[in-house]
Order: sequence, then C-alpha cells, then structure tokens
Amino acid sequence: MIGLASYLCFFVTLALIYGVATLGLNLQWGSAGLFNVGVAGFAAVGAYVSAWITATPVDTHWGGFALPIPLGWLAAMAASALAAFVVGAATLRLRADYLAITTFGAAISLELVALNADRLTGGPFGIAFIPRPFAALSDQPLAFSAANMLLVAAVAGVVFVALERLTRSPWGRVLRALREDEAAAASLGKSPAKFRLQAFVIGAALIGLAGAMQAQFFGFIAPDNYLPVFTFQIWVMLVLGGSGNNKGALLGAVVVWGVWTASGSLFNLLLAPEWQARGAALRVVAIGVVLASVLLWRPRGLIGERATVSRHVE
Amino acid sequence: MLDLIGVSRSFGGARAVDGVSLNVAGGAITGLIGPNGAGKTTLFNLIAGSLPPSAGRIVLQGVDIAGTPAHRRLAAGLARTFQIPRPFAAMTVLENVLLAAQQQRGETPFSNWLQPGAVARQERRNVDKAREIIEFLALTRLTAAPAATLSGGQRKLLELARVLMADPKLILLDEPAAGVNPTLLETIIDRIRDLHARGLTFLIVEHNLDLIARLCSQVHVMAAGRVLVSGTPEQVTADPRVVEAYLGGVA
Repeated sequence: MIGLASYLCFFVTLALIYGVATLGLNLQWGSAGLFNVGVAGFAAVGAYVSAWITATPVDTHWGGFALPIPLGWLAAMAASALAAFVVGAATLRLRADYLAITTFGAAISLELVALNADRLTGGPFGIAFIPRPFAALSDQPLAFSAANMLLVAAVAGVVFVALERLTRSPWGRVLRALREDEAAAASLGKSPAKFRLQAFVIGAALIGLAGAMQAQFFGFIAPDNYLPVFTFQIWVMLVLGGSGNNKGALLGAVVVWGVWTASGSLFNLLLAPEWQARGAALRVVAIGVVLASVLLWRPRGLIGERATVSRHVE
Repeated sequence: MLDLIGVSRSFGGARAVDGVSLNVAGGAITGLIGPNGAGKTTLFNLIAGSLPPSAGRIVLQGVDIAGTPAHRRLAAGLARTFQIPRPFAAMTVLENVLLAAQQQRGETPFSNWLQPGAVARQERRNVDKAREIIEFLALTRLTAAPAATLSGGQRKLLELARVLMADPKLILLDEPAAGVNPTLLETIIDRIRDLHARGLTFLIVEHNLDLIARLCSQVHVMAAGRVLVSGTPEQVTADPRVVEAYLGGVA
C-alpha cells in the first residue's frame, strides 16, 4: 500500500515536471506560434547548470559548488533564458521554419557537447550525486515522495498562475494578434520581433526549470536524457492537452506521461524477455495512437483555446 | 502634415513609384486616385512603412520617417487601414479594438506580475474608450462577436475603430468603399466626415470617384508611377489628361 502510494507520488511528480516544460512550450507555440523543436536542448541547459551548482565537488568534471537547490533552479532558468535569447535574437526576424531548424540544430549540438566535453559534463556518464530535495527524509519512502510531489506541485502551481496572468493580458493579446496577422499587428504599433523574443525567452526559462527539477529528482543526468524523443514527448503533451490553454498543457502532460508509463509496464508484462528491448519502441506507437484518437475526437486537444484573451474583459 | 519629396520605389527594373512629390494638408481630406497599376497601393505602402522607399523622403510633421519601421509609425501619429481588411478573425471585435491602444502597461510581461492593479485600471479605461469607439462606428451589437463573423463593410468599420483607438493624427484609408454595400458606405462616409470635423487628417486611395468628390478637398491623380495632376475634385475630373489616363491613353 505504501509502495503504491509512493509510486503514485513519484508518478505525479514527474508528470508535473513535464507539465512545467509543456507550459513553457505552450507559451512559445500556443501563444506566440513559435515552432521550437529544441525543447530537449533548453531542458539540458537547465539540468546541467543546476547540477553544476548544487552537486558536491568531484575530480572527474567541472562544477560541484554544493550551493542550495533553489539557487540551482534560478540559475537554470537564467541560463536557458540566455540560450533562448541568443538563438531567438538571431532567428526570430526570419521566417518561422528557420526557428525550427535552428532550435533543432541547437538541441543536437548541445547534446553532442554534453556527450563529448568530458571535463565539463562528465561525458556519456553524465553527472551523478545531484542532491535531491528533502534528502533528510529519504529513509521514509512515502514522506520523501510526498514532500517532493508537494514541492513540484507548488512550483507548477506558481508557474501556472504566473502564466495565466501573463497570457490573459494585453501582452497575451499582442501575441495572439501577431499569430493571426503579423502585418496588421505591426500596423497597429506592435513590434513582432520584440514580443516573440520575450515569449521565446520566458518559455525557455520554464523548460530549463523543468530540466533542472528533473535532474534534481533523478539525482543523475546523462546526455541521452536529452535526445529528440524528449522534445517529441513535450510536443505530444501540448498538442493532446490543447495548445493555447495552460490547463490543457498540464492535463496533456499527466495523460501522456500516464500512457507512457502504463504502456511501458504493460509491454513488460506481456512481452517475452527477449522481445522487451524491441517492445520499448511500442511505447512511441502507443503515444501516437492516443494522440491520433484524441485529435479525431477533439481536434483542438482535450481543452482548447479560449476566444477571449484578456481576463480584464470578461 | 505629410510631405513626400521625390519618393521612388523599384521592383527589379520596374519603377512602380517614380519620383512622387505631394503634400497632404493638415486637417484636410486628400484623395489619391488613378487607373489600375498607377502605383497607388505601392505609394500607400511606402507611406505606411510596409515597404521601404528606394529613394526620397517621407516627412511627417517635420520628421523624416522614410526609415521608420511600420510598427513605429502609429506612435508617430500615422495610421493605416488595409484594402482587403485584416481583422484578427478569431478575436472579438472588442479585443481587436483594445489591441490597438498605445502605451499599454500590460504589454510588458513583468507589469502583469508586479503591477496587476495598474494594468487592470488602464485596461478598464481602455475598455470604456473602445466601447465608445465601437458605438460611434455602429458595431455595438457585434462587440463580443468574433471578427470573422463580420461582413466586408463591417470589417472596414472595425479597421477604422482599431486605428481610432490609437488617437492618430493622419489616417490612410485604402479603398474604404471597395466591397461595401451602399447603406454601409453612407455610414462610412458620415463617420469620416465626423472625424474630419474633429480635426483628423485623411489620405484616401479610392476608385469610387463619387466618394472622392463628396469627401475630398484636394485630389492627386497618379498614372504610371507619377503624379499626373493635382487639384480639387472638379478640376481633376475635368482635366483631359486624367480622362485619357483612365481611358487608356497613357500606358
């Protein structure tokens, strides 16, 4: 019973961490229409920065400042935001597809750097012994998982409220207008590049925060956490939940993470041991089937976008 | 109010606008007419900033704005509407108009977190102002409707409402009569007169010579990228060169 309860806490914690990344992507895509295909890269920046700042010193690689975890998370957000500023300032004036190519390339490059810059990142072995929040409780599994879940839920809650404030405001209205008709919005005095860059940077900061929380929660990171399949997962969460709606983004993260873990357990149960490695690929198929079914039934996702933007208008 | 001095724009080898100099007097309604392909729309886009000129100066109230990007021209007092209206189709009429307000605190991300009260107060004032403008343009019934549901003429009115929200000094109207039914056209003409009486300046590109004759005090006729004739509506419509341009004498 305690095992099940703490597993449930573990599940919710991870789902909400993905939820924070999905909220970040929702700001970029759902609000601003920015096609970021490098979600994994921004998560990796956040994860490595927080790991360097909070982990204890080791001889094998750089970092290990053993500073408090909140400092690591703030630095993770700042670093991902800076990465997004550099990528965005260079490409957001161009057509939308250039951003997709650039973000994808940046994410792949970052993964390769993480893999090969051993002295900096620990190379393929990654960084271990990243301190977990509430480590003092780790001998009581349920209390430990529950405390972690509450912490992540509190962070996700703050992010959700902050984003609702932000997107249902005159700022969110400008993004919506830019998405619908850039020339018309520009003729009404709105600078397309400025607003897009702001949305891209804030969204990336949240993806970086999610990367840092995941690193802290696992206690260990390695480059193969940040392959393109990570980006794919976050995208599916957003599209299935309802792009353009923050509640939809969180719901999508929980549902997709549920399907991902449940299908994993199911295939482990059903398949003979020699087939299990190949069976893992079926999880991606399961996600695809669920996504396609939901979109047939509700084309705008589980919870779609609202017609009124500003909360001051209703 | 607005002076164009030797403004040109080429596309490849073709000179769509070729050394145009003209003046739009403050407080007046000025017309810009000419046959298809005369360069009116290109000139309009140069003034509005959606195209940079190849040469020449565009001076608004003493300031050369030729290099100013489109999104900064409204703050300088220069507003434009589109020939084919471009409403934000999925947004309501009210929010279409609200968007156009300038200097909104709520357009800065941090203000929404740190000064939500100030943002809300300004937004309430803007909502009141937007509702007045919507009423002035006879769209009250459609305030909460998505802009996609508006007819062609109503979309023209919505575009006018949007730019009024920004308190411009000069409004560029691109074919306000095109695709508008006769009843709604009278509304549009009435509203332009009202706004003119309040001191607003207009530059109107139009094919409908009746509308031009009724509204404008000064008309510039363009043909083949140049200003052919300038004068009152009576003068230019009586000018044989204008008749010839319209009937195809000038290629």
